[in-house]
Amino acid sequence: MYQYDAIDKAFLDDRVSEFRTQVQRRLAGEMTEDQFKPLRLMNGLYLQLHAYMLRVAVPYGTLSSAKMRRLAHVARTYDKGYGHFTTRTNMQFHWIKLREAPDAIASLAEDGLHSMQTSGNCIRNTTADPRAGATAEEVDDPRVWAEAIRQWSTLHPEFTYLPRKFKIAITAAAKDRTAAKTHDIGLSLRRGRDGSLGFEVMVGGGLGRTPYIGQTIREHLPVGRLLSYLEAILRVYNRHGRRDNNNKARIKILVAQLGTEEFARQVEAEFALIDGSKVDLPDEELARIRGFFAPPAFATLPAVSKVFEEAKARDPALARFARQNTHAHKVRGYVIVDVSLKAPGETPGDISAEQMDVMADLADRYSFGEIRVTHEQNLVLPHVKLDDLPAVHAALAAVGLATPNINLISDIIACPGLDYCSLANARAIPIAQDIARKFADPDKAEQIGELKIKISGCINACGHHHVGHIGILGVDKKGEEFYQLTLGGSGAEDAEVGKILGPALPAGRVAEAVDQLVEVYLRERKDGERFLDTYRRAGLEPFKEAVYVAAY
Amino acid sequence: MSQLIELRAGRFTEAADRFPFVADDEAAPAGDIIVSLARYQAEGEALASDGRRVGVLVQSHEAVEDLAYDLPCIPVVALSFPKFRDGRAYSSARVLRERFGFTGEVRAVGDVLREQALPMVRCGFDAFAPADGSSAEAWAAVVGRYRHVYQRAADARRPAFEERAAGARVLATAEAGHGL
Repeated sequence: MYQYDAIDKAFLDDRVSEFRTQVQRRLAGEMTEDQFKPLRLMNGLYLQLHAYMLRVAVPYGTLSSAKMRRLAHVARTYDKGYGHFTTRTNMQFHWIKLREAPDAIASLAEDGLHSMQTSGNCIRNTTADPRAGATAEEVDDPRVWAEAIRQWSTLHPEFTYLPRKFKIAITAAAKDRTAAKTHDIGLSLRRGRDGSLGFEVMVGGGLGRTPYIGQTIREHLPVGRLLSYLEAILRVYNRHGRRDNNNKARIKILVAQLGTEEFARQVEAEFALIDGSKVDLPDEELARIRGFFAPPAFATLPAVSKVFEEAKARDPALARFARQNTHAHKVRGYVIVDVSLKAPGETPGDISAEQMDVMADLADRYSFGEIRVTHEQNLVLPHVKLDDLPAVHAALAAVGLATPNINLISDIIACPGLDYCSLANARAIPIAQDIARKFADPDKAEQIGELKIKISGCINACGHHHVGHIGILGVDKKGEEFYQLTLGGSGAEDAEVGKILGPALPAGRVAEAVDQLVEVYLRERKDGERFLDTYRRAGLEPFKEAVYVAAY
Repeated sequence: MSQLIELRAGRFTEAADRFPFVADDEAAPAGDIIVSLARYQAEGEALASDGRRVGVLVQSHEAVEDLAYDLPCIPVVALSFPKFRDGRAYSSARVLRERFGFTGEVRAVGDVLREQALPMVRCGFDAFAPADGSSAEAWAAVVGRYRHVYQRAADARRPAFEERAAGARVLATAEAGHGL
């Protein structure tokens, strides 16, 4: 895992003292809230319904055990003892006091954490495959390139005041776990016909009020030219993206208005004029970064673990956990363990300080000190020995972290919604809880199989409802919360925007409607079909009929 | 005359503005002036032949590329920030400095606030008409806040990856020295 050197540390220290000065000027009345607002936002400090919210970056979703313990410490000391993982693989603290914010940020910096560029119209934290370095599916380690982007984009002087926020995702596996096509730039690492590594570059994806799926502008960009190509895209966007209307300022609108071909032509023209030797990282720096992501010292193990097989035979809960929450590792005798933050009745993505500490301890004991955060608001222990799986499962179960529901109907993405967010029209969390309760029976959930439900409390779509197999959007109808359902969305490699099912439903009808949709699926499905596949084959009608005809 | 903050040879100083902006509907007074891009393109040569130096104000939606052939004769390009959030002029400044090798003054005008001083300097601005009454001292303090930068821009600062490479070379030389 990347370790900050003296330069990275000094940079964060300088950031902390800069922010401390700015807060002092604000508290002393030397700055108005209007003047202060952009400065605090550049440090991830939002003013929400009840308090300040601090959004901490988790660069490319990678946490060390020390960083996780640091988050626990900040949760206890400056918040109410818990934090919230977001769909951007960041952590939010929702109860921060302005006066204490500089201390919280200084505390984070002690372990190389920060809140820079987690807000504002700048390049945000890069999303990377949470299974990087652990899955055999990848052609290269995407974290190397994500770290290169982290450095390049940090306080980039030209791209600090873009028309709008800017998000980049990197995947190196054909199976996309980053929602790359819903990002402003999606990068997919591939090997070319000649064996060389390159990026497929997709631009203009995004959700919000006008959802778009990213379009490919380069099939095979040589990896070494990544930063100068990004610089070309960002320059075209910075100069030509719309600035007259916030709702039309994302790069997706520029790409849609120009057309993908014309946008690509402008990027290529700019790229041709950029001197790559000044922008791209030299091989020695890339090698230095790559060194930090060298594989840990894996043991040589048999493919089958006797300890695990025996424990599994005794304990059906462990067997279920292994079925739902573990995935093949590239090294024999190891598994990738997903840790669900979607226990029924809990807020999706929330985690207590105690649970954070347990995750840190488990990472140290069983996963080379590594933890990942997924954009689906779950955690990953990337390198667990099969032999250790019973112990890991027991330790997780003891703190309520062993929910065996990864990719199942109760593994719901939900934004904070009206419970926390000043933009929201409706609550999202109680709807997620209603659905999770309705499908609390794990046998039923397993029988239903992969079903991605995503809930947003407003059109800004932080809960990615457009790309949910079932998407749920909160809308306000004359002061009442209603929910619009969409079907057939996907944020993965087969990305698609879902279609609206019918008129919005009152809050009390949503979980029931989901149940009706599931019943149609169970009735219609053919062998091996996921909910999404059945929808794609059978179309909207049978689902629509089940939800609306019965009701009217 | 209004005050400017100038960056000359690494130092920030306050100076009187010797290039007042003259609006399109105003007659040009004697002495050096700044005019709009449209007026420069229409009357630039005539104005300059009167023995004055003529700078150009480029709005954030205008392309500095339109000045490419005139740049050797232009002493000042003023880039406008209609709002501090409008970041187009940062790109314009880099294009002027890095693509066209412009060595004249690049001036930030409009909603120019001291918290923007660092990106402005890094993108090649060397004169600032602050809208918040900032002093040269305050400007210098903001620009000096960070000991390191991560990327190359239009200024001379060495990015982190070069500092690291230089550090590694020093280390390698020292180790080789011990071997002798």
